[in-house]
Amino acid sequence: MFESPGISYATLWPVLLVLGVACAGVVVEAFAPRAARFNAQVFLALAGLAAALAGTVIVGAGPSLGVSTGEGALIVDGPGVFSQGLVLLVSLGGVALFAERRLDNGVSAFAGQAAALPGTPAERTASQRGLEHTEVYPLMMFAVGGMMLFCVSGDLLMLFVALEVLSLPLYLLTGLARRRRLLSQEAALKYFLLGAFSSGIFLYGLALVYGFAGSMSLAEIGEVAAEEGSSPLLLLGIGLMAVGLLFKTGAVPFHSWTPDVYQGAPTPVTAWMSAATKIAAFAAMLRLFYVAFGAEGDIWRPAIGVVAVLTMLLGASFAVVQTDVKRMLGYSAVAHTGFLLTGLLGVQTDAFGSTQAVLFYLTAYGFATLGSFAIVSLVRGPNGEAGALDRWAGLGRTNPWVAATFAVFLLSMAGLPLTAGFIGKWGVFAAALGAGQWPVVVVAIGSSIIAIFFYVRMIMLMFFTDPSEDAAAVVTPSYATTIVIALSAVATVLLGVIPGPVLSLLVDAGGFIG
Amino acid sequence: MTDNTTAYVILSAILFTIGTIGVLTRRNAIVVFMCVELMLNAANLALVAFSRMHGNLDGQVTAFFVMVVAAAEVVVGLAIIMTIFRTRNTASVDEPRMLKW
Repeated sequence: MFESPGISYATLWPVLLVLGVACAGVVVEAFAPRAARFNAQVFLALAGLAAALAGTVIVGAGPSLGVSTGEGALIVDGPGVFSQGLVLLVSLGGVALFAERRLDNGVSAFAGQAAALPGTPAERTASQRGLEHTEVYPLMMFAVGGMMLFCVSGDLLMLFVALEVLSLPLYLLTGLARRRRLLSQEAALKYFLLGAFSSGIFLYGLALVYGFAGSMSLAEIGEVAAEEGSSPLLLLGIGLMAVGLLFKTGAVPFHSWTPDVYQGAPTPVTAWMSAATKIAAFAAMLRLFYVAFGAEGDIWRPAIGVVAVLTMLLGASFAVVQTDVKRMLGYSAVAHTGFLLTGLLGVQTDAFGSTQAVLFYLTAYGFATLGSFAIVSLVRGPNGEAGALDRWAGLGRTNPWVAATFAVFLLSMAGLPLTAGFIGKWGVFAAALGAGQWPVVVVAIGSSIIAIFFYVRMIMLMFFTDPSEDAAAVVTPSYATTIVIALSAVATVLLGVIPGPVLSLLVDAGGFIG
Repeated sequence: MTDNTTAYVILSAILFTIGTIGVLTRRNAIVVFMCVELMLNAANLALVAFSRMHGNLDGQVTAFFVMVVAAAEVVVGLAIIMTIFRTRNTASVDEPRMLKW
């Protein structure tokens, strides 16, 4: 006899709302006249995300926190809801950046008509008619829905489905840049092929773990693993699943797509996905490793430690030699993955453990990366964004405010005191030290110093170098982008000066449960 | 694990290995993509075999979801490969090399 599983709509309605808004966006795309689509899509997306954000706050404060629903497929617990809220927050910023149309003569950063070949009359016609793809908003909503599910997945099947729901729209969004379309299409191809490859590996690992435990539920896998001890089947499964997740987070040796995609994708997409994907992927990774594979910690901790060391060193070293701003920030994102993995090496505790440390780091990094890519989209030349580093020289003299805000984000990513990044780094290092992982922490401190070098070099370039002949100019954006940059900067400084409220919120949220 | 299951799991491991080697060595994006599909189907075979071994339906249900996901992936993947092919008249994964280091 089949009994339908009970679903707790009281805790899941924010996710369902976001996915519903995505479907509504598809309907708008099909039936609304072209002229009305932009406003309708932006309104739907902003209203849906804001309502869902309010929903996560209500769920987080409500009594139903910590329920397992849908036969254990979804676990709505404190850290899960916190990361959902964080994803929604950066996605609100993402919509504002997507909707920016003042930077490029009244058109958005997305291709006028993706099907028109680059350099053909069809493309020019599309450009002259001011066409734009408003499908990007529903695509983004589907990805946000997938990310929210990824944060609260309680079994392997939900983990896989959520991973795909968040990935597929990202592949498409990467290839939709209006300018430098060949670069953008190449980035999309690389992202797609490597992403599909890694999800194949993830799925095979999933099958082996299921073969070992006989259950899809993370909590039950944890129990079986604790009882029966490790078997080759389980270890192989953990390894293959780790490869899939390490790919999504951009860890060495699976990082090669990160700088390519960050450079090739339209800058608003880069800004949003560099923050949101990392938040969702690390939330899922923490839950998987602590809840399902907690008993095998002695085996996966050294392996993840090696990956963390390689990721930090390679990310920071390659960032030093880059000549393109987006690419440099891409390699810096790789280095940050290493720091986050350092936090994963710690253990979950009732007080400020590694779950809290990693989530705080994600908060700090999310705002810094969103704001810094938003600023990258403002600094332009005659042919679109000025990526080359030497064209940024002297920006601090011509546009002190923009350069100073960029410097705030860079200093936070470097982890200097009085910025959010410092508290974040301190947290993950303390968590790893608490678990006796001091060799990794020593390397992490070394990599931080390498990282400070290239962040500070960028600041020196902006403030203490004379502008070159073809120096880039700052284009005045609309209010939406200005507000996103300003709020990110305020959050970056506030979290560094008074981190107390967020830290205590995280401690109240507790650890991941099965 | 009964001998019967072992045979299926070994077959799935062989298919998975063929798929992986194909992704790493083939140069045509379409063939690379077909190798990824082979990896997904290898996982499906393992899921169904384990499902029978454990006597529950979880693995079989998952296999259905994987098929749906694979179909969705084809839609997205072929769209991306098509645009690249129309721009460059080649589907080789070595040809586009503007993004390096």
